[in-house]
Amino acid sequence: MSEQTKRESLSEQLLQRATVSRFDVEQVVIVPVLAVVLALIIGGVVMLATGVAPQAVAQSYAALFTGSLGSVYALSETLTAATPLTLAALGIALGFRAGLFNIGAEGQIILGGIGAVVVGFSFAGLPIYLHLPLALLAGALGGAAWAAIAGWLRAATGAHEVIITIMLNLTSMRLLTYLLRNPPIQNPERTDPISKSVLESAQLPHLLDWLEPNLRLDAGIFVAIAAVVFVYWILFRTTIGFEFRASGLNPDAARYAGMRSGFIIVAVMALSGALAGLAGANQVLGVIGRVSPNFSGGIGFDAIAVALLGRSHPVGVLIAGLLFGALQAGGRQMQASAGVSLDLISIIQALIIIFVAAPVLIRKVFPWPFRSKAK
Amino acid sequence: MAVTETAPARTKAIEHSRRRQTLITGWLLLVLAAFVAVVFGLDSSGNASFRLAFPGDAFAVPNLVVPAAPYAYAVAAILAFFGARHFMRGAARWTGWLLGIGLLLAVTAFLTWATDDKSFSLTGMLQATLVRAVPIALGGLAGVLCERVAVVNIAIEGMLLAGAFTGAVVGSVIGGIGGLASAVLVGGLFGLLLAVLVVTYRIDQIIAGVAINLLVLGLTSYASSQVLTTYRHLNNAPVFQSINIPFVSDIPVIGPILFQQNIFVYGAIIMVALSTYYLFYTRSGLRARAVGEHPEAADTLGINVYRLRYINVVIGGMVAGFGGAWFTLGSVGRFDDNMTGGRGFIGLAAMIFGRWHPVGALMAALVFGFADSLQQKLAILGTPIPSEFLAMAPYLATIVLVAGLIGRSRPPAADGKPYVKE
Repeated sequence: MSEQTKRESLSEQLLQRATVSRFDVEQVVIVPVLAVVLALIIGGVVMLATGVAPQAVAQSYAALFTGSLGSVYALSETLTAATPLTLAALGIALGFRAGLFNIGAEGQIILGGIGAVVVGFSFAGLPIYLHLPLALLAGALGGAAWAAIAGWLRAATGAHEVIITIMLNLTSMRLLTYLLRNPPIQNPERTDPISKSVLESAQLPHLLDWLEPNLRLDAGIFVAIAAVVFVYWILFRTTIGFEFRASGLNPDAARYAGMRSGFIIVAVMALSGALAGLAGANQVLGVIGRVSPNFSGGIGFDAIAVALLGRSHPVGVLIAGLLFGALQAGGRQMQASAGVSLDLISIIQALIIIFVAAPVLIRKVFPWPFRSKAK
Repeated sequence: MAVTETAPARTKAIEHSRRRQTLITGWLLLVLAAFVAVVFGLDSSGNASFRLAFPGDAFAVPNLVVPAAPYAYAVAAILAFFGARHFMRGAARWTGWLLGIGLLLAVTAFLTWATDDKSFSLTGMLQATLVRAVPIALGGLAGVLCERVAVVNIAIEGMLLAGAFTGAVVGSVIGGIGGLASAVLVGGLFGLLLAVLVVTYRIDQIIAGVAINLLVLGLTSYASSQVLTTYRHLNNAPVFQSINIPFVSDIPVIGPILFQQNIFVYGAIIMVALSTYYLFYTRSGLRARAVGEHPEAADTLGINVYRLRYINVVIGGMVAGFGGAWFTLGSVGRFDDNMTGGRGFIGLAAMIFGRWHPVGALMAALVFGFADSLQQKLAILGTPIPSEFLAMAPYLATIVLVAGLIGRSRPPAADGKPYVKE
């Protein structure tokens, strides 16, 4: 995980992306689809090996499908799960592009959630068009400030950002349990560690509850889409984004070209943290309505996988986020109706990542759809 | 900044950041001194007595009694001296050491303040320190073994978890030794998987590591909820008892800390010693490091880069598997979902903190283990500081220390790069 590592792997990723021309259907469509198919097949084998009857396996996969895409409710659940994953993964992808491994999204999500909930339960009487953006901003700032610590230390002292963000993750979890047990954040009517609820004027409005009251999809999805566009714009259409990518590919060359390496590191980390903070704010303002001890739920770690699967490209991240969201939502349905543990989804996700990263494996199993030779 | 940066300009930039570093460290030490004097010094009145012996020890050592307030003032004075020295002399070379010693002293002052008018088993805490350092040290060691041949191992967490699961299940069926052996074996298998993915198929090493973590987490949690909840006897492994080494275990203080431990503590220390010997004093260790620093040169000299990478990564996996078995066979005897709880990542931090050296990783692991056991034991003393802040302290201290050791830890040069033989 040295700078060189990231430089190297990033340049490879960039090259790979560059070689994926829009005509290369094999790389863009066939490999990912077959990766999912192969992962599902192996998941089925795992189920059979643990004594699940073949019928139940079929039933589980049917539930996986209907639970993620089969109804309006399923789609709403998929998008609800995909939103924070995409937001946090965009932040991590931005870091990868600039040669920084931000492993601390989990902590930034927590700080973002805390920032959002504090603004969310204060300021009673503000109209929603002021209160909601303010709460989202507080979430972004919380995450940004937390990540900027790591960026600043990296820039000022050369401290490894991986170790700092791991430590900040652990710190933030302790900080959260402390804050949830004490005023002013703890809900005074409760004895368990839980925060006050977000006021209605700061909640992300549910978009589909006029159809059916239990549709959870909220306006956070627009935040995520805007973030995808924003990250794409900043990375590929602005000077600073060019500087980000240049320092990721070759920090020395970037410095010789007059780019301010210290400033870039802090800016990238802050921006990355802001996106993770938005993911936390989304959970707090849209999904849960308050902060609970495990509200981040490992999104920050799943988001690393999403960023890698999306090859650190905003659009790729969006697609990977949707895929992981669908697997999450479908997995819950699978657990409920077929009684197969949700943990199977982690296995399938891991296999998908491996197969997408190593198309050679796919070619060995399914040689037929490929016309060009393996490189 | 000029487009062409000259060498003197670069040296100047480094000088500048060194000086800033020194000043920050100096301020930090001064603030710490003031804090120790005001908070710990003014608030203490009596004596802190540290119990050094356990009841029933062969030689009963008297308690160590420290007057709390004078001790705090003494520590504050030393810290202030260290801080002032940074402003007057620069102390660039010694910055890390002074900071480390300063933090250590501050911790002792804190302990004395917390134990003021009470008594506290120091030996017990240090014994627990070693126990809790084991999985972190072994995780860090696994990382060192892999990264010295330039394979980044993010999958330590997963390997620990795999070892813990295998240890519990196989240990329940055929007993502790068999469980331990199969945990090592399974750890090695995941090492092999990592090696196949990154050495043969040249997947990005971070992607492969993240995927393995996710895979192991999924596999173990799935098996645990799908199988172990039904067949409970499969999750009831025997726990290794501590072994007293004859004679040396009766030495006061040191005996209980070092020589009344279970097989995992001894194993970790032996493995650290063996790996140090292997990496730095044998021919194949030299070759392994050459592969990590400059694989092309190593290949030119006829060293089989791929084979060495495979061997080291598999051994690293086995070490992590052994460390993983600690969670079940070394402590509670049963497996719970995600029971490693990020220890693998702390091990990764210990590896970086320990500058890619087995002994360094062990030392760093001891710091984390110390903090872990300190927090646990302090609950008994009842300090006014919330336990969450005590739990945070080691992480914050690590951040301070890592930031204090400017640019002095350097990974192997080829770390993370796949090697393509020409």
